[in-house]
Amino acid sequence: MLILQQLINGLMLGGLYVMVAVAFTLIIGMLNFLNFTIPALFMFAAMMMWATMTGNLPFANEFLLDLFGEPNIWIAGVLVSLAATAVASLVIERFTYRYMKAKYGDATEHALPLVSSLGFLIMFEHLVISAWGSDALQIDSPFGDATFTIGSLLFSWPQVISLGLSLGIVTILSYIIRRTRLGRALRSIAERPDTATLMGVDVLRIVPIVYVITGLLCAVSGILFTINYTSIDAYIGDTVATVAIAGMVLGGLGNVWGAVIGGLFVGILEVFSIYIVGADFVKVPIWGLLLIILIFRPTGLFGHSAIGKGKF
Amino acid sequence: MSGYIEAQLIILCLSVIYAYGIYLPAASGQLNLGAAGFITLGAYASGWFNLSDGLGLPMAQSIILSMLFTGAIGFAISFPILRTRGVYMVLATFAFAEVVSGLTINMEFLGGAAGMPVEAHAPVEIVVAVTLGVILFSFYFMSTRLGLALRSIHDDENVALLFGVDVRAARVAAFTVGGMLMGLGGAMYGHHYNYIEAQSFNVLLSIYILLYVLLGGTQTAWGPLVGAVFFTVVPELIRNLAIEVESKWLADSRFIFFGAFIVLMMVFRPEGVVTRTMQDRAVGVFFRRRHRAPAGPEQPE
Repeated sequence: MLILQQLINGLMLGGLYVMVAVAFTLIIGMLNFLNFTIPALFMFAAMMMWATMTGNLPFANEFLLDLFGEPNIWIAGVLVSLAATAVASLVIERFTYRYMKAKYGDATEHALPLVSSLGFLIMFEHLVISAWGSDALQIDSPFGDATFTIGSLLFSWPQVISLGLSLGIVTILSYIIRRTRLGRALRSIAERPDTATLMGVDVLRIVPIVYVITGLLCAVSGILFTINYTSIDAYIGDTVATVAIAGMVLGGLGNVWGAVIGGLFVGILEVFSIYIVGADFVKVPIWGLLLIILIFRPTGLFGHSAIGKGKF
Repeated sequence: MSGYIEAQLIILCLSVIYAYGIYLPAASGQLNLGAAGFITLGAYASGWFNLSDGLGLPMAQSIILSMLFTGAIGFAISFPILRTRGVYMVLATFAFAEVVSGLTINMEFLGGAAGMPVEAHAPVEIVVAVTLGVILFSFYFMSTRLGLALRSIHDDENVALLFGVDVRAARVAAFTVGGMLMGLGGAMYGHHYNYIEAQSFNVLLSIYILLYVLLGGTQTAWGPLVGAVFFTVVPELIRNLAIEVESKWLADSRFIFFGAFIVLMMVFRPEGVVTRTMQDRAVGVFFRRRHRAPAGPEQPE
């Protein structure tokens, strides 16, 4: 029974990794670069949530408290967090894609976007540190200990809801990519950006949408992380994103459902590694497996993926 | 030399050694995000060779052995890792570093998570001398035929292949020698501070070193030197300035400027601070070499 409980905990943790892994995989599949602003946005969203809920948000706190009232302040937190992340995503899009595309033609050439995104990661982390310090910050969960049991298995409501939300969002996203006009434009950009432009896809209008979608995915994941685990710090994005990257690689780069399964898998693997061999050993199975997959089966466990251009 | 200057000089020297280790593969267009892994290997290997519970060798021998050890590991993993390219290579080297760090923390004879003390001490003079040696070696390395081959692979792999460059051998050599240099850097770290912890060689270290190199510029051997010096000295200067004007905000926010600078740099000068054209111009200024006009119709006098 204990093992089943661990499996459930792993799935719940995996649900958070899924959204980050999908964000990584979307940018890699679409624009072919490893976007290190994703950990930054995850952490930024979590911090915004914390700041709003604990009254540390500059300028707007009184106003939000009046508007939503004490018990519903978490709604304000969610809204502030999503809005701030969306704006940040648009700024990031300007500097990691648009200006480079305008100046150097193919923006994905060389490592430029990768380096810019690392610059953003450093910038966001130190913005947060200079505002609120680098120590772990706590919140009181707005839902307290809302739990229910099935048999002897313990479920926490926020975690169940976050897993459901995560899978729901990815399903909708997958539907958008497969079935809608926007999705077709996205897939054509992934295939060949220049030809997509010739065929009438407005690349400079679609790419910001991709950035905002991935930004919001990170934000939702960051918010849920804050509510579920109630303790965050400025480096939380790095910690979560490295595991999510592992999940993404397992599923194959550019493969959305692969990232979902990979994310859930690394969540379960992490919980079991901690349970069986201790927290320090977690890295070895995850990254060892990853290294082997990258070398011998770079398309991931589920084969075909959208990229193969060999650029960044 | 005051203690503060000395401490900063050591950090600077170590950054320069690490940066050259990353630079050699980067000169052929290979991004290695696994610096921390190689540094861990070098530091622990040299420490253990030197330790009386380990092999008990003198410091010089254990440093050389640890370089060979790191080089051998670099050589062994270069074949599978160089099969990957682009974003896959970044991920694979990153994964390598994580595996090394995970394994090191779990090895009891290396002290595990508590870290490992190192016996022999390397004073500042030795670290500085080694750093100068690494710089000279890297300049020499890039001026050899192999260095030229690396540059040509960076510019266009297929053309290099057509001109008879053994692309794979050149890359393996660059990756291996780069690994050795990082091992040397790690060994220097261990012997200078006399204490190593696997946790201090983390992802952020790898990221920063890669940034030094890419921002300094991968076209010439000046790049990593300029990058490492700039990005270790300037934040310190800002910190001192902040203490001077008693602004806590400035001290806290210097890395915000660092990040912003990186972003802007990629927009305005993506090839890094030092480029080949810049080097040629500087050489022209100092040695009055006539700038040769490109082939074409004769210019009227």
